[in-house]
Amino acid sequence: MATTDNTDYGDDVVAVPLRHPLRWIFGGIASVLLLSFIWALFSAKSIQHEIVAKFLFDPRILIGMLVTILVTVLCMFIATVLATLLAIMKLSENPLQRWLATGFIEFFRGTPLLLQIVFWGYLGIIFPQLVLGVPYTDIIWLSGDTSDLIPAIVAGVIALSLNEAAYSAEIVRAGILAVDSGQVEAAKSLGMSGGQTMRRIVLPQAMRVIIPPMGNEFIGMLKNTSLLQVIAVAELYTAASTISSANLAQIELLVVSGFWYLAMTTVLGFPQRALERKFGRGFATVGGRAAPRAFKVGRR
Amino acid sequence: MGNLMVDARSVRKSYGSNEVLQGISLTVEQGEVLCIIGPSGSGKSTFLRCLNHLESINGGRIYVNDELMGYRQSGKVLHEMKPKNIAKQRQAIGMVFQRFNLFPHMTALQNVIEAPIGVRGVNPEEAKQLGLELLAQVGLADKGDHYPSQLSGGQQQRVAIARALAMKPKLMLFDEPTSALDPELVGDVLDVMKGLAKAGMTMIVVTHEMGFAREVADKVVFIDKGQIVEMGTPKQVLDKPQEARTKAFLNKVL
Repeated sequence: MATTDNTDYGDDVVAVPLRHPLRWIFGGIASVLLLSFIWALFSAKSIQHEIVAKFLFDPRILIGMLVTILVTVLCMFIATVLATLLAIMKLSENPLQRWLATGFIEFFRGTPLLLQIVFWGYLGIIFPQLVLGVPYTDIIWLSGDTSDLIPAIVAGVIALSLNEAAYSAEIVRAGILAVDSGQVEAAKSLGMSGGQTMRRIVLPQAMRVIIPPMGNEFIGMLKNTSLLQVIAVAELYTAASTISSANLAQIELLVVSGFWYLAMTTVLGFPQRALERKFGRGFATVGGRAAPRAFKVGRR
Repeated sequence: MGNLMVDARSVRKSYGSNEVLQGISLTVEQGEVLCIIGPSGSGKSTFLRCLNHLESINGGRIYVNDELMGYRQSGKVLHEMKPKNIAKQRQAIGMVFQRFNLFPHMTALQNVIEAPIGVRGVNPEEAKQLGLELLAQVGLADKGDHYPSQLSGGQQQRVAIARALAMKPKLMLFDEPTSALDPELVGDVLDVMKGLAKAGMTMIVVTHEMGFAREVADKVVFIDKGQIVEMGTPKQVLDKPQEARTKAFLNKVL
């Protein structure tokens, strides 16, 4: 019939939008489940809400939270630097560097994090004295009791950083491998050194691929700091459990620390999006705006 | 002999048991334009990449500007060069790639000034001045702030040429510079290359553009299966080829 239709069709397309009835049905079911879960929490006789409210802003909890944040940021910083080194070593032409990096990664990925934390925490039992100097000479720069030189919080930072470095190294390596080999050739042909090529050309482009999974790692680290309770580092979870072991309000203080963990991980999403935009420069289409398309899938 | 820019002697290159260059010997004088033609897989791009030691060679010698590329010879013994010294040798050799290989996270101007600042230590203001001049030279004076993704293929390739020129090279290598371009964009890039040739730049161009070769080249070499089949002026090779393989190839592409 198209041939008999002589309308001009110069107007804009105005059409009835496609209906999505299933979305409404599933949305309804999800809402009911969520509401009943929240109701169950609030109506549970075993949870005393006034205790939750009382300890939510308790100074010990807030200080614990500060420790959690500091440890997380410090560990992620150390881990990222180490991970970059490990990734570059693992991609090196030098077999010794490759083996060292592979060995490090295998070792720290292959043993439980909790075990590593306890190990570093109890290092003083294995090596009561630490001496830093030139072996077989009298030159000694530093010596003392292990427990003085490595207090619990330092042991915790070492344990979390080394473990995280092993995981992040693979993320950084994947990012480096994702950069087109033509980029390295172009840099080489301009007379750039290996180091310059890595710093100025490869890593900035790898960041685009590295940042989303590193956001995951950051959140994971924030929660894993709670494991430091086993070596008595005064972070958020330790602070909450110290309080609850005195007042026996275990559930209430779990709710308190859970609330703050959730609040912190939610806030972490903002800097991640800002970073994604920064390193997405040049990969966007017209106008250089917004993050690269690949990350926008499914967002309207 | 003093004005020989490139002196390649029996250059051989293998990947495993596959010998892709089987003894290539040729010379390019200062200011000369050499076009390399040949079927795909003939080894012409590999030869170009050997010239600036992006690929190491298995036999023969390559001298660029009287310097042995990639190795140090003492008596009869060859020593591998340190990466630092190879990088230094490459500074004098500009290269333009088939797929442009611009740095996507930098603007056009940043692409051009990255190596002068980072490698030669030119101060940023001076480099920027030079960069803008070079962008103007390739007809892109107003595109300095654009990222590569905002430029057409032809514009990207011209930025890539400006980027290579920014290191003030004595020799320019072009690896099929127009093969990845839409037909209507090829002309602009070829025009820039013609301008360079006219200005006296020594150039080695791997290309399928026979018109360009005929117009600009001083010398044309036809390579097939890793060997030089025929070499001479454009007239000799393109118009009166002597070898059957050259004739067969030209019949296909013309």
